[in-house]
Amino acid sequence: MEALKQELKERIIEVLNLEDITPADIQDTEALFGDGLGLDSIDALELIVLLDKEYGIKLADPKQGKEIFQSVETMAQFIAENRTKL
Amino acid sequence: MYAINKFINIQKDAIFENGICLFKNEEDGFSAFMKRVYKERGINYPKFYKMDDLCKLAFIAAELLLGDEEEKDIALLLSNREASLDTDLKHQQTIQDAAAYFPSPAVFVYTLPNITIGEISIRHALKSESAFFIAERFPAERMQQYAQYLLKTKKAVKVLCGWVHFLNGEYRADFYLVETHGNIAHTIENINEITK
Repeated sequence: MEALKQELKERIIEVLNLEDITPADIQDTEALFGDGLGLDSIDALELIVLLDKEYGIKLADPKQGKEIFQSVETMAQFIAENRTKL
Repeated sequence: MYAINKFINIQKDAIFENGICLFKNEEDGFSAFMKRVYKERGINYPKFYKMDDLCKLAFIAAELLLGDEEEKDIALLLSNREASLDTDLKHQQTIQDAAAYFPSPAVFVYTLPNITIGEISIRHALKSESAFFIAERFPAERMQQYAQYLLKTKKAVKVLCGWVHFLNGEYRADFYLVETHGNIAHTIENINEITK
């Protein structure tokens, strides 16, 4: 799980163009939206594409994203339980 | 008569304000050059990094032109030859393979040239009239007439006019601000000189 969380942090920084932020700057339980990393609605869509492209997970209901994308911790947990790509 | 006090030209690895060189590109490419200007100007606007190259170019040109501008009633009239083709091509690459069909929302939102106007408006809190014209070359006459109409009818206090081009790594921006008083007469001859 720790390796997956590290990988996720690197991918989030890459796909969302988070300049001047390193994986070490993102805490596992830190909020990704709102006061945390300050991501926006387009970033949320980009994270949905990331789940599909890298982990083979298609979100049937985009509203699921609110819970899944709370933090790197919740994302990693969801990916570990639902991934179809290794 | 209407006039121009300030104009910005970005081309061939250099940035000029009223013809005086402000920055020379000593970096590897366009993105690094724009990032250096962003850093040296002390700009704190993380969304800059998410913009496509056309918007980064327009953003930096507007930033330099409107740096100490307090007026908020500024209309925006931009133009280029190829709309958002550079980003359109990037988007197309993400959807051409049915087996790897992963269009990027962050790329897709930049597949319209008037997003440049949106980014400038958000940054400078402008809620003004705007238009983006696609033309083979800078439409100096149309821009002059449109800008003067906006000023004359009091639909704007100032008008930012500009050419913003980015395609396959080649880039150019020529931005100028039209107002009621200033040093350079707002004539087609002077506009052509600024954007030549």
